[in-house]
Amino acid sequence: MSFLTEFPSMDPGNLRDLKKAIDGTFRDFTRANGEFIESLFDPLKWFLLWFERLLLATPWPLIIIIVCALAWLASRSWKLVAGTAIAFLVIGYLDMWEDTMVTMAMVSVATLLCIGFGIPIGVAMARSDRAQAIITPILDIMQTIPSFVYLIPVVMLLGIGKAPALIAVMIYAIPPIVRLTNLGIRLVQEDVLEAANSFGASYRQRLLGVQIPLALPNIFAGVNQTIMMALAMVVIAALIGGSGLGTPVLRAVNNQYLALGLFNGMAIVALAIIFDRVSQAYGKRLQKHREGGHGV
Amino acid sequence: MVSDYKVQIKNLYKIFGPDPKSMVSHVQQGMGKSDLLDQHGHVLGLNDINLDIPAKKVQVVMGLSGSGKSTLIRHINRLIEPTAGEVIVDGENVLEMNETALRNFRQKKASMVFQKFALMPHRTIAENAAYGLTVQNIPEDEAKERSQRWIDRVGLSGFENHYPAQLSGGMQQRVGLARALATDAEILLMDEAFSALDPLIRTDMQSVMLDLQEELHKTIIFITHDLDEALRIGDNIAILRDGRMVQAGTPQEIVLKPADDYVRDFIQDINRARVLQVGSMAHGKPPAKGPKIEKNVVVEEALQIISSAKAKTAIVTDKGKPVGSVTLDDMIAAIARPEPGDKGIETYR
Repeated sequence: MSFLTEFPSMDPGNLRDLKKAIDGTFRDFTRANGEFIESLFDPLKWFLLWFERLLLATPWPLIIIIVCALAWLASRSWKLVAGTAIAFLVIGYLDMWEDTMVTMAMVSVATLLCIGFGIPIGVAMARSDRAQAIITPILDIMQTIPSFVYLIPVVMLLGIGKAPALIAVMIYAIPPIVRLTNLGIRLVQEDVLEAANSFGASYRQRLLGVQIPLALPNIFAGVNQTIMMALAMVVIAALIGGSGLGTPVLRAVNNQYLALGLFNGMAIVALAIIFDRVSQAYGKRLQKHREGGHGV
Repeated sequence: MVSDYKVQIKNLYKIFGPDPKSMVSHVQQGMGKSDLLDQHGHVLGLNDINLDIPAKKVQVVMGLSGSGKSTLIRHINRLIEPTAGEVIVDGENVLEMNETALRNFRQKKASMVFQKFALMPHRTIAENAAYGLTVQNIPEDEAKERSQRWIDRVGLSGFENHYPAQLSGGMQQRVGLARALATDAEILLMDEAFSALDPLIRTDMQSVMLDLQEELHKTIIFITHDLDEALRIGDNIAILRDGRMVQAGTPQEIVLKPADDYVRDFIQDINRARVLQVGSMAHGKPPAKGPKIEKNVVVEEALQIISSAKAKTAIVTDKGKPVGSVTLDDMIAAIARPEPGDKGIETYR
């Protein structure tokens, strides 16, 4: 009865050979193309490093003023602006300013890139059911596969450093914006699109003039989610050279430094809350046309 | 050859389903809507529609829900592709246009007003009214300037910077109308344009439209399920049932000579006094004296004229010339509700 209790698995020798073959093939591929692929990501790395240096070189009061101004422009809420200022002052006072700037650079660049790639992908998904059928399972994989699993090939290909960390963050953070762009466009009322059609609008005019503007609240929910997920990856990104606030957290875990972990963890939380509230408030302001006594 | 008709619909079929083309022959051999659905799983939308729509008139297409009227109007600007047939506008078959020609046709020639308004919620009233022009790549400022006239004309001055959600249904449909008029298209397609409005506003909008029509003389194709509305605004009426056209004619013809029981049921409850004109019941020689009534005056008004003149018989005139007589009894008999299946009123012809 061992057939039923023991799963008839592959012969251990064959299994080992299979794994070896996969490892070998990928290693050979890495050796052959690693440098070339790494150079493809150089522009990303330069952009990230440039932005990071910009944030670090800018005097801290100026950064606080800029961040508060952005918060005000997006939300028009004094409470939020005051909260932002206080959070940044405390972060600086507890000597986490540099790490926070590095993390902010990483999250900002990752979010921008996710928007840049994610929205067109979402648009393509909304336009064709086949594209949606192909892309949806890929997004499922990206969201559910344990991050450490794709860290292995990324590190093998690109080594340890900023670029692989950025890519790891993007893989994790891009699905929501793609999904919600697709959803938002698909939810645009059929009759409004028909009206656009009846006046002879082209595909481009429908997309830019009707679908994307009406999908903006959903797209913004996607941007918000993307930012949150990028922040959630900061610690894991630190494992492969992302630096920033994740690095001291890792050090704290290894050495059981409770206070160090707590401070840096709270800084990540503060950043998350600020980004979340500001982007949500902005998303809400985009929908001001929905206000009014008469529902549509 | 250019015909007198602005829009001609010829042998138009629309069948919904996985393989509609092969179903046309079944329908041509006389298969009905329910048989086609039961035996072949296809839905018959339009069945051999032929309709000539004269220029500068209001053509009403009437039918209950599911009769295919909204499908029909969407064939004229090809929002729906037909299964077979032709739609000819100004001698050109819309169904053979390529994409550019079709977009041009929709931009310049035919504009549409929708039942549920279909305004763009993120654009202001001014931007919505200008939409048809913006699509033609006219700069937004110029487009707004040109559409302003129509915003004023439909009575929405002062609401330019509001959003559609801030307006009532009737006002939203005024925007829809302004948007359609702003492109100066010769053909106006109105898909149950006033059906979603409450009765008072609906009558109000009908008046707005009739006033506009008096000065603009557009070719209007108006879809409705409301016979009173059809009789009020239509120069011609076509009645659809289950995708077939059962009758087409002037309001007088429809009311006086319903083609079948279906139409007869339809006209059961209308206010006949407001539709029938005295010309349709004039007979005999004009009497020597009595009030003069022009032949296209409806019975409702004629009754008032005759009663205030304290007469029993009136002179029916055609552009001032006496052509016959009509009595009080004639008029009362004409507006009496016919019994189902009763063909009595034909005697008045």
